[in-house]
Parts: sequence; C-alpha cells; structure tokens
Amino acid sequence: MNKKLYGKLVFEISHPGRSAFRLPKSGIPVVEKTAAAAIPAALLREQPLDLPECDEPSLVRHYNNMSTNNFGVDTGFYPLGSCTMKHNPKINEEMAAHRGFASLHPATPAKAAQGALALYWELQRALSEIGGMAEFTLNPFAGAHGELTGLMVIRAYHDSRGDAKRRKVIVPDSAHGTNPASAAVCGLEVVEVKSRPDGTVDVEDLRPLLDDTVAAMMMTNPNTLGIFEKNIPEIARLAHEAGALMYYDGANLNPMLGVARPGDMGFDVMHINLHKTFSTPHGGGGPGSGPVGVRAGLEQFLPSPRVKRLPDGSFAIDAPETALGSISATLGNFAVQARALSYILSLGSEGLMQAGPLATLNANYIKESLKDCYLLPIEGVCKHEFVFDGLRDKSTGVTTLNIAKRLLDRGYHAPTIYFPLLFHESLMIEPTETESRETLDEFIAAMRDIAREAAETPDVVRNAPHDTPITHPDDTEAALHPVVKFGE
Amino acid sequence: MHRYFPHTEEDIRAMLDRCGVAELKELYSDVPEELTLKAPYDLPEEMSETEVRRHFDALAARNIPLEACFAGGGFYDHAVPAAAASLIGRSEFLTAYTPYQPEISQGTLQYIFEYQTMMCRLTGMEVSNASMYDGATATAEAALMAVAASRKKRRVLLSATISPAVRRVVATYARFHGIELAEIREEGGVTSRAHLEELLVQHSDVAAVIVPIPNYYGIVEDHSGLADLCHSKKALLVTQCVAADLAVLRTPGEWGADIACGDAQSLGIPLSFGGPYLGFLCATKALMRKMPGRIVGQTTDSEGRRSFVLTLQAREQHIRREKATSNICSNQGLMTLYASIYMSLTGANGLREIAMAGHNAALYLLEKMTKGGRARLVYPDKPFLNEFLLETDYPAQALIDAALDRGILAGIKVDDNRILMAATETQTREQVDLLANIASKL
Repeated sequence: MNKKLYGKLVFEISHPGRSAFRLPKSGIPVVEKTAAAAIPAALLREQPLDLPECDEPSLVRHYNNMSTNNFGVDTGFYPLGSCTMKHNPKINEEMAAHRGFASLHPATPAKAAQGALALYWELQRALSEIGGMAEFTLNPFAGAHGELTGLMVIRAYHDSRGDAKRRKVIVPDSAHGTNPASAAVCGLEVVEVKSRPDGTVDVEDLRPLLDDTVAAMMMTNPNTLGIFEKNIPEIARLAHEAGALMYYDGANLNPMLGVARPGDMGFDVMHINLHKTFSTPHGGGGPGSGPVGVRAGLEQFLPSPRVKRLPDGSFAIDAPETALGSISATLGNFAVQARALSYILSLGSEGLMQAGPLATLNANYIKESLKDCYLLPIEGVCKHEFVFDGLRDKSTGVTTLNIAKRLLDRGYHAPTIYFPLLFHESLMIEPTETESRETLDEFIAAMRDIAREAAETPDVVRNAPHDTPITHPDDTEAALHPVVKFGE
Repeated sequence: MHRYFPHTEEDIRAMLDRCGVAELKELYSDVPEELTLKAPYDLPEEMSETEVRRHFDALAARNIPLEACFAGGGFYDHAVPAAAASLIGRSEFLTAYTPYQPEISQGTLQYIFEYQTMMCRLTGMEVSNASMYDGATATAEAALMAVAASRKKRRVLLSATISPAVRRVVATYARFHGIELAEIREEGGVTSRAHLEELLVQHSDVAAVIVPIPNYYGIVEDHSGLADLCHSKKALLVTQCVAADLAVLRTPGEWGADIACGDAQSLGIPLSFGGPYLGFLCATKALMRKMPGRIVGQTTDSEGRRSFVLTLQAREQHIRREKATSNICSNQGLMTLYASIYMSLTGANGLREIAMAGHNAALYLLEKMTKGGRARLVYPDKPFLNEFLLETDYPAQALIDAALDRGILAGIKVDDNRILMAATETQTREQVDLLANIASKL
C-alpha cells in the first residue's frame, strides 16, 4: 500500500474538451422525426449535466493511484472477524467474466440460457449438499438480503398453516446487527435471549421464551465469539416442540466446512454469504451474494423465480406466484455465483473438507500465542474466530481502538472492534485458512510488540496510526456538517 | 493440502502443539459426535484451473450464442468500456471490504464519494447513498424509507406502469413490513392522474407516490404538477428511473421528487444474466438522515488533509438493530466504482450521445418492424426514448423463437401479441434489418 495520500478526485483531473469515448458506428441512418416521435421539450432535462471530461490515460492513472491508498486481502493479512477475508482465487475472476455469460440478458428465454441455468443449478445443489438442505435459492444479493428472505420464508410457512400469531424472532444478544434489523424489516418482533458468560445461548433462559407466538430462533453457529453452540440439538428440539423454525445465519459457516452441516444440527432455513465462505471478493462492500437454503418440505416457500430441472435434464425458469413473492427482479448476482462455483470446483470435496479445520487451526494458533498479553475472556478451543477483551494489562489505558490503529502502522488490516457487544474492548480476530504460518507468526509478533509498547511507550499506541495515507480523520465534523458530494 | 492452503504437515504439527492438541479433530471436540460428517461431501473431486476452464466452457456452450439483444425491461445491452471492466478488477479495490478503517481505505471511500457526486448530478438530487442491491430492492427500500420518514402513514401508491418485476419486489417488501400498497392504474400507457387523485382523496395515509422515468413500456411520462399534488397531501414523490436515461430526460430533481431510485445497470454494466447490477437511491437533503445504507462524507485529518469517512452511521442496521428500518449491510460497492469510471469515460456528452443513438436506433427499429403493417405501436401518441411496446399480428413467441435461431434476442414477450423492444448504441443496421426481415416472414 502506498502510504502517501494520492487524494485527487476525478473532478480535479477533468479538463473541458477531453473525452475518452467514441460512439460505435452502427450504420443506422438518422431517422426523420415525425412530430409524434419527438420527445416534448418539457420532458427533457434542462439543467446541463456536469460530469468529468477526461482522457483514458489520465483516468486509468487516476483510479490506479487511488487504489494504492487501499488495503485488500491481496495487499496483506486482513483478520476482520466475522467477515472471512480469505484469498480470492484469480481463476474465479476469469470464470465470472466468461464471454459465454457476460452479455446474457436476464430475460433470455430458458432454451437460450441452458448453460447459465445449469450453472445456477450446480451451485444450488453444491450448497444444498454443504448446508444439508433440500434446495437453495441463489437470488438474494447479500447476507442481510438472505436473512430477510429466510425470515420471509419462515413467515410464509407459518401463515400457510393459518398460524399468523407467530410474530416473534428470538435472537441472541451476541448476534450480528443485521439479525435484529432483518427481523424488523420483515415485520417481526425481536426477543433477545441472553448469552451465558461464554457467549452461548442459555437454554434455561430460552425455555420460557418459546411459546406459540415465536416464529423462529435465529442463530449463528459457531456464534460471534467463535464458540460452537454444543447445545444446538437441545435448542433445536425445544424450538421445534414449540412450533418455531430454526434459522441459521451462515456468516460463520466457514469453520464448519468438512465438519458438520447446519441441516444436521436441526436448522430449517439458512443463508450463506458467498463472499465469505466461498471466497468471492468483498469488493469494498459488495456485490455479495446470500443464497438461502431450506430443508425438505419448505421448498414451496422459496422466492420466485426458481430454476427447475426437468426430467429430460434441461432447465426451466419457474416463476410461480409463490407464497413469498419475489425479492429480486432477476436470479441474483450471477457473476458472483459463477465465482463461488469456480471455487467449489477448484477445491473439490477433499479441499472443502480441509478448509474448516485449517481455519480453526489458524484461529486457535493466534489465540494461544497471544493470550498471555491479551485478555481472553473465554478459555478453550474456538472455531474460525475468537474475541479478546483488549489488553490483559488494563493499567496502560490503551484501548482496542488504539491497538487496531497501531496494527495499521504495522501493515495489517485491523480486526473487528467493539463487536460483539458482550465485552467493553472486543477485538475479534478471524485469520481464515488461506494464511500461512509465517504470516500468522508475523502478526503475532506485531501484536506482542503493540502490547509491549502499550506498557512502555503508550502514547505511540494511543496516537496511532502514524504511518498511513491519512491519520485521525475528524468523524465528528463529518457527521455534524455533512459534505456528501464534491463542491459542497 | 489443497493448493489454496499454505499448510505443510510440519506446519500443522507445530501449530497443533502450540494449541495443546494432538490432532485437528480435537479442535472440534465440542461438536456432538452425532452432528459430524461421516463421509466427504458428495461433490466432484478437486479440479485444476484447466479443468475449471473446461467446465465453464462446456456450460457456456449450452447457451445459444446471441449477437444482438433487443430486450430491455430495465436492463440494456450497452457497450462495456474495457477500462471500466479492467480497473474494477484492481486487487486493492476488489479484495477490500467495507471501509471501516478510513486510514487504509481512502481508495474505496474516495470512489464512493465520486459516485455520490455524479449520481446527484445525474438525478438532480442533493444526496446519494453508497448504493443498493438493484433497482427493484432500491425501490422497495425507497417505499420503506418514505413510510419511516412519515412516522404515521403506512400507505404507498405505486404506478402500474412500473416494471412488473420491480412491482413484485416492492409488493413483497410491503406485505412483510406491513405497508399498504395500492396500484395507480395505467391509462393509455401512462400513470392515470385521475386515478391517482382519486386515491389521494380516498386515503389520508399516503406516505409516498412512486412513478417511473421512463416507464416499463419505454414511455416518457409527463409528471407536471405531480410533486405539488403529492406535497399538498403531505406525501413524498418517488421516481423510479433508468439511470442513464437521465442524461437526456427531465430529472427527478427537476420534477420535484423527494426520492429518486432505480437501477444503474444502464451505465454500461455487463448484463451478466442478471447481476451484479447497481441499485441507486438519492434524496433531498431533508431526507438524508432517513436514508438506508452507507453514506461517505468529506472531512479533514489531523494534518489538514482532505479525507473521506463513512458518516451518519447512526442510521445503519448495526447501530439501530431491531429499531432499524433497513437491514442493508453489504451493498454493490464495486459497481459504484464501475459507474463512476463509466461516467468519467463517457462524460456528459458521451452519455447524451449514447442515449440519443439508442433513441434513433429505436425509431429505426420501429420503422422497420411496422413497415409491412403487421405490427404497430401499442401507444402511438406517447413519446419514448429507446424502448417501445409493439402489438404484432403474429404471435410474439414466434418472433422470439425465429430470432433466437438467428442469434438475436428480439425483445421481451409481454403477452401473446405484444413484445417490448429496446435499442441501444450497440446494435447495427444489419441486425435491425435482419430482425425486421425475420418478422416479415412470420
């Protein structure tokens, strides 16, 4: 990463009269406009459009220079907890841009898009195998969109049984913020269940909450502390006895690859973040993909359109008026789906079986190597991630925010900070399986250095970062006097 | 180990030692035995890159190769600039996540700020967020936003001239969120003003009125006086737009809209069988704090350098949790970069040229398709930009099937004898003539 700020905006390299554009020649003659064909002036834009005027060489340099002030997985270690920042294999990009799919219109009739539908089907089947589900829809555009879709499936299921009083969703207090937000958008009431000190759901606290108004229990497993909910069979049994369905937030699916399937744990509905477990790039915050899977018996509640396989092996697009309706105009972020399929094929069954355990090994290795200087609130094995509650030595006054910023100086992306909300100084670390032991050792050394600095020269940590393109941007000013476009 | 995993046997041994366990399995000792997988996944064996390529080539070979696309319906076959496609693949952009750490994310934050600026200029609105998933979900979220902003009103009026695919998604969101949705009838191919007025008299709880620019039939509707009408009833005016068309059409801002939303796929984003596209959401400054999604703001750092950060985060799901009115987290980040690069490559003149080339090509297509008298415009007195609805004496399906055999996607079948056809700067005279010729033989 370039530590000198590039800083120019495209509007500042614009120069009147420049253009990087040529209209293709179509050979189509200029059509004489009849009065009826002309668009009345009152329906046309009045305000001149002010966009940059640039040549291509300057633009290419502009965006390349801009990118050098950015940190990605391809730049360095990115242990952002709950985000699964694993390597994004390059072959996936090549497959996503395959010429055989790139110009396919979403309204292409099924008979002309058999390959695209086969791709959708293959991925849908692979995810069903990995999730232990009967069928997946790949239509949702992101994890949160998948959560919303999954909760809609659950509501549609209860409503179909005339059980419309089920309007509550039980969510652990350690859950990702999107869980309660998705429930609220879906018109459901959120009931929080408290975690035990180790972050797992307290079955005794849960029991009285489960009545005939509960639509679903929403969980991640392992939870946001990286702890496997070992009472999951009991929790699923209680929920099912109460008539509720079990929802699996797949944000933390990665460590379960090769180990256990949500369907076997008793979950009825789940989503998967393809941009986490299946290595599609995060793109600075999307595009992602959040397929939703359901157990047998719930398929009819999946959103429309669906891809169907016909007895002769060909594929059809089925757009039934389902109980749920549609949550997307198309079959989802197809090019992201293509990347995930490329990844699954590259790994194969064997590689997928290795991924989860290696992700877990990497997390435990860091945890065990640092727990003498960072406070580990929950002892024992973690899964893909774990949480420190800041430094062990609380006398230094050095906070998790300070540590995160100091890591930037050392050439790392910071872990997730101040989440989950169960601890004051949460520092959530997820290394993923694609990091080498050397990388982890270097990171461990950097974390130990920072712990030492916190004791010896705390101001160095408190005033970090020192060696980044910008330092200490004024968030308060940004929120107080919002400037959200150029020239304001 | 698999080629993506750097671990040697020796690494694993040493790391297990550090963890105080003897084998990998022990790291899962807390997983009840009855839950664990007893056999490998029933999935294909590992493939080398060459095998993956062969596999995708074989899949692609099952599609019918198409040389020209006259289908639109909100998504258009525009030329894809090589520079845009290439630059969004730049590692530092592609493999970053949400810019939570602004000190090492100025690249992402800067392009979102550029995008917000350009979208405001294109739509004539004051504020843009950092994107939504697609045009349909952006419209649904605009409805949720309007309802939340109104506090007590729970009704949204949606024009029947908006794409059915978008209306279906809005209806789903509305039903689950407890929003009353009413459809404003279509009359002569446009939103019925009379019916809208009726609905506004009938209902005192209308939070928003949603109308298209242009509509599903390609028609550019006249929204004169609409903003005043909505505002007199304390309802917000929401326009659902095809982004690129706003380079020439009267903008949401000029119509007096409070919210502009829609899809920006039309800014040269590859069709790619449905995504990733780019939903956009813009609004007046008064509504800024009611917007869903992320917003990037400008500030300065401690050394006085212009810097960009995620701002007004108190609106967002991770802070509001169960009080949230939107759950959006990941959006279409990288596609905002694509849109910014596209608009910078074309400039305003290029965008206008593209729109007008599409308009001219559509007029030519119409002329050719109607020449023999066996097809006609369904709404002959309504202006359109680059898309129109044609009524055919022959079955629409017959035209689609015959054209597919010649490598052309003729349009979108609306019903047995009506087909929606669009043109852009990418089709040639030969392709239009061929399509008209195919139609003449039906």
